Amino acid sequence: MEERKGRKKKVLLMGKSGSGKSSMRSIVFSNYVAKDTRRLGATIDVEHSHVRFLGNLTLNLWDCGGQDAFMENYLATQRDHIFRNVEVLIYVFDIESREFERDLITYSSCIEALRDNSSNARIFCLVHKMDLVQTELRERLFNERRDVLVSRSLGLAITCFQTSIWDETLYKAWAGIVYTLIPNLPQLETHLHRFASIADAEEVILFERTTFLVISHVTRSPIPNPFPDRFEKISNIVKQFKQSCSKMASNFTAFELRAAGFSAFIDVLTPNTYILVVMPAGAAESATTLMNIAVARKHFEKLERDSSVRGVEKLGRDSSVRGAEKDSGVRGSEKGGGGVGEKDGINGN
Amino acid sequence: MPPTETLFLESTTRIQKDPIHSFMDFQVWDFPGQLNFLDPTFDFDHIFGELGALIWVIDAQDEYLEPLSKLHTTIIAIQRFYPAINIEVFVHKVDGLSDEYKLDTQRDIMQRTQDELSDNGFDNVQVSYHLTSIYDHSIFEAFSKVIQKLIPQLGTLENLLNILCSNSGIEKAFLFDVLSKIYIATDSSPVDMQSYEICSDYIDVIVDVSEIYGYLVDPLQEEATVEASSIIRLQNGMVLYLREINKYLALICLMRKDSIEKQGLVDFNVQVFQNALQRVFEVGR
Repeated sequence: MEERKGRKKKVLLMGKSGSGKSSMRSIVFSNYVAKDTRRLGATIDVEHSHVRFLGNLTLNLWDCGGQDAFMENYLATQRDHIFRNVEVLIYVFDIESREFERDLITYSSCIEALRDNSSNARIFCLVHKMDLVQTELRERLFNERRDVLVSRSLGLAITCFQTSIWDETLYKAWAGIVYTLIPNLPQLETHLHRFASIADAEEVILFERTTFLVISHVTRSPIPNPFPDRFEKISNIVKQFKQSCSKMASNFTAFELRAAGFSAFIDVLTPNTYILVVMPAGAAESATTLMNIAVARKHFEKLERDSSVRGVEKLGRDSSVRGAEKDSGVRGSEKGGGGVGEKDGINGN
Repeated sequence: MPPTETLFLESTTRIQKDPIHSFMDFQVWDFPGQLNFLDPTFDFDHIFGELGALIWVIDAQDEYLEPLSKLHTTIIAIQRFYPAINIEVFVHKVDGLSDEYKLDTQRDIMQRTQDELSDNGFDNVQVSYHLTSIYDHSIFEAFSKVIQKLIPQLGTLENLLNILCSNSGIEKAFLFDVLSKIYIATDSSPVDMQSYEICSDYIDVIVDVSEIYGYLVDPLQEEATVEASSIIRLQNGMVLYLREINKYLALICLMRKDSIEKQGLVDFNVQVFQNALQRVFEVGR
């Protein structure tokens, strides 16, 4: 039971009403496009959603409606319920908010409640709706806000991101958050490294399948790429394209591009991941790379299975207890209808 | 530019001339709406003399009677001297309207225009109407149709695409202008919006990915570059095939999975098509 709890990570999503929490959640996890979020209404109380990520990791997302009445409720009567066993708190700030000082007070109270109930939780602050700020001013404003937030976090370590649902910064932030939650990451990364060097690839990026968030990447190219934010950019590009695929009631499975300076391949790796392999020009026939991916697929599938089997084994131990109960139940029913009735009675109590 | 950023565009105050260099050079003149260019102080011949197409934009969400009457006077003025100009009316900003209302608006505008023109003795003026919005692909589609009318080789291009399609098991083929994402020709099977949209999004993907990883190209070797080609496989068994034709044009084909099995054949056919296209444009020059 302990293990299952460990795999279901509780993620709190908080922030002032209208700051964009639900919009963000819908885009990242439910394949909305940015403009579809206009349809979303205000979140009432807490909306729970379970997001399966990488197959064996389940995020238990608590989207907490941000209206003042709810906020007071969270901090008072529901304090324990909300803030206990939290793995991650994501606090969203609206950059356009006129009452930043008031937001900060609420924020500090949340942090305090979190510190009392789950001291090991990681805290992420998203300074949201950055698209409403002029490009030149963004960096400065964000740094200012970050300094204020750090000073108001009661000494706890926080990570800040500037985000907007209209560009790839959203993916950067969420990939950063999710990255901290993946259990067998070091193992995954070594294998990815080995794959990259065997395939002689310039760059290999691993994406989660449904969200297309970047899980891990390996770069082997000697020349630095002029786009440091390319991972999020690709998440964004592919997600947009997936959206247009869904208009044709389909989804894309494989992509290959052979251009002058490089070849790029995106393919399904395991049931939960996509892989992007970038090869230098003329390094290998595309069939060779596709073959390499196919071979790696078996290996990574095994890796993924192993890590989930380990979870199941631990689960198995306590489910075996439950199994025994069931057995006795069957035996009871053999004896006669009374046994079942009796059991039902117990359940009813 | 994404549609959301157009909010920041300022009102046009003078005539902006945007030359567009592509497979075919043309110039877009953006007229300020408040300008009365029929005023004798403007050089009528200079404006309309070399004009291929006149695009008139009407705001469908606004009161359109007054702009409409202005359109009518313009058409009448042009018809007198330059009857060859294509007149295209964009019923714009229809994203805010319901489907039924959209068509009603278009019908109303068409009816009014026709009545007005026949009252003035111009009975068979060809005016085309397009429902457009910047928030979907309709504006690209409309521009595509406008541009297609201005291409003298259109018939030949369509014919070539038809031949390519029938010989390679291709369901639909588009010849795209990469920069503007308008298609300049397609085969003669009917165009459905979905395939156009997916193709145009496909170009976005290619352009964006190429931009990210294209930094490795040695500028000295640029002469010897191979044309980019790309394939996307979809879950429902469709395959999108893209081939760069030249600096400006790309061919995108939609086909079934079975047709791409002999990829060599498709590649070869496309190569032949590419050569043919080159010769068509050479003749044009």
